[in-house]
Amino acid sequence: MNNEERQESQLSSPALALQMEEEIRATSPWKDTVRQLRKNKFALIGFIIIITFILVGLFAPLLTPYGYEQQVLQDRLKPPSAEHWLGTDDVGRDIFTRIAYGARISLQVGFFAVTGALIFGTLFGLIAGYFGRWVDMIISRIFDIMLAFPSILLAIAIVAILGASLQNALIAIAIINIPIFGRLVRSKVISLREEEFILAARAQGMKNGRIIFHHILPNSLAPIIVQTTLGFGTAILDAAALGFLGLGAQPPLPEWGKMLADSRDFIQLAPWTLIAPGLCIMLVVLGFNLIGDGLRDALDPRMKN
Amino acid sequence: MAKPLLEVSGLKKHFTITGGVFSRKIGSVQAVNDLSFTVMEGEILGIVGESGCGKSTTGKAILRLIEPTAGKITFEDHDITDISDEEMRKLRRDMQIIFQDPYASLNPRHTVEKIISEPLLIHSELSAEKRKERVHELLEVVGLSAYHASRYPHQFSGGQRQRIGIARALANNPKLIICDEPVSALDVSVQSQILNLMSRLRDEFNLTYIFIAHDLSVVKHISDRVGVMYLGNMVELTNKDTLYEKPKHPYTQALLSAVPSLDPDVKKDRIILQGDVPNPASPPSGCVFHTRCPKAMDICKQIKPDFLEAEDHHFVACHLYD
Repeated sequence: MNNEERQESQLSSPALALQMEEEIRATSPWKDTVRQLRKNKFALIGFIIIITFILVGLFAPLLTPYGYEQQVLQDRLKPPSAEHWLGTDDVGRDIFTRIAYGARISLQVGFFAVTGALIFGTLFGLIAGYFGRWVDMIISRIFDIMLAFPSILLAIAIVAILGASLQNALIAIAIINIPIFGRLVRSKVISLREEEFILAARAQGMKNGRIIFHHILPNSLAPIIVQTTLGFGTAILDAAALGFLGLGAQPPLPEWGKMLADSRDFIQLAPWTLIAPGLCIMLVVLGFNLIGDGLRDALDPRMKN
Repeated sequence: MAKPLLEVSGLKKHFTITGGVFSRKIGSVQAVNDLSFTVMEGEILGIVGESGCGKSTTGKAILRLIEPTAGKITFEDHDITDISDEEMRKLRRDMQIIFQDPYASLNPRHTVEKIISEPLLIHSELSAEKRKERVHELLEVVGLSAYHASRYPHQFSGGQRQRIGIARALANNPKLIICDEPVSALDVSVQSQILNLMSRLRDEFNLTYIFIAHDLSVVKHISDRVGVMYLGNMVELTNKDTLYEKPKHPYTQALLSAVPSLDPDVKKDRIILQGDVPNPASPPSGCVFHTRCPKAMDICKQIKPDFLEAEDHHFVACHLYD
């Protein structure tokens, strides 16, 4: 009897599995996502836009003979030409140079603001979602209060308290984005917490920390990644808005929003002074949104064929 | 003679229903109500009952994955009802569970190797190399192969996944495994393979199972003793053969009469129960089964029958046998 059983169980699946051994490779869910993403044309365009801006920012000193602070007063408000690809502004600074150096600022603002919001938002979201009860109560109500303000108004208030500078604008943008990440992670954690494999992890005797960081976090990464890329766009836009209002980067830093604000008096006289920074803000935000949308599709199991 | 491994007495689990403006308590679902039984070392205790009768809740409450409302659980002569979370966590290496749904109970982002080695990582001091060895050994034990270790759960069939779940439960050589409907999500042909595997593992590793199922033939195949549950109560508990041949409780009799016979000439009196299972949020007074019992008497409506030993090792909760 025992022998028979053994034979049966040995015959069944391993034999079948042996036959399929060559065909099935271990494919990780992340590799599937990357493959899916490469098929998406719009996401590819987004990547090209962002990489172009990163390269321009990185190699700014090599791309242009001018410095971003260098004023040539006789060349004020010159239209685009071979010498000044995007023209010059009201104090005779080369706009292309300022755009290139400005790419550094905008991308840095996006990166640090989003990273800050991502770390704190995810942490609070995980804690609120996993432990529930009063912990969730307190954290969620604080998020609600923050979300009740229009985000730019909250950012202005924070900058007003801290003082106007690029660094403080960055901190303000990070803070206003925390509840966005927090709520997203919290809702994902709440649904995951009821999953059987989380119960299984508890049944095996895992500690809370291990369950949160090894089981819940990896399974809630998809929406976090999407929000991160989309967050880059809004963070850059917010930074530009604060710059435009004079609350972000201070002169002579070539911040795009600030450039836009400084040149709005010349909109009829020298439109190129506005078009260049405005277009750059739009392109970068568009690029991140295209990547974000592509990632959302690639990570969504319902979109898989 | 085998000694008791697990003793459950007076186990209750009531889920509170809240509602109204301030989430006040407006009632409770009595999922498990005053359950007592003993599991001997090395035996397979089957628990059967229809959907919603509290079988799974019982299993999870024993492991304290759901905190019991009342009652006492004794494992290897230690009362585990009130021990701290940390002590319970350490005890989990001896008490494991196999889940019903092999698709939901494995983390989709982990490889099989990680899934099976994780319990080893938590509870033992084995080196990474030893753990890997052990994972391969476990895979062989449950009828898979070592090369499966690098794959992800979505690359396996339901039966194979259940084998992974079993390997994970076995990792630390537990003493007790609660099997929460381990085969009900599988095809009939795969069911028998998994059942045979499980009984082979019991002999090989001297395991004790609490086998929860709604399929009477599955329970008959694997169990030594069988308990029947109805609406959160255990109504009958005895040896497999006695239960299937001479059931005492009217509910068990009705349940068994519903099992189709392979012999078309055998005429069976089917006992058809009237009505539906009552709402567990407001269970009937007295015996919970009296609303549907063909043999109900006046006393059944007033007094809840005790779960008593009517014959040798044959427990039944029914006024017919008082």
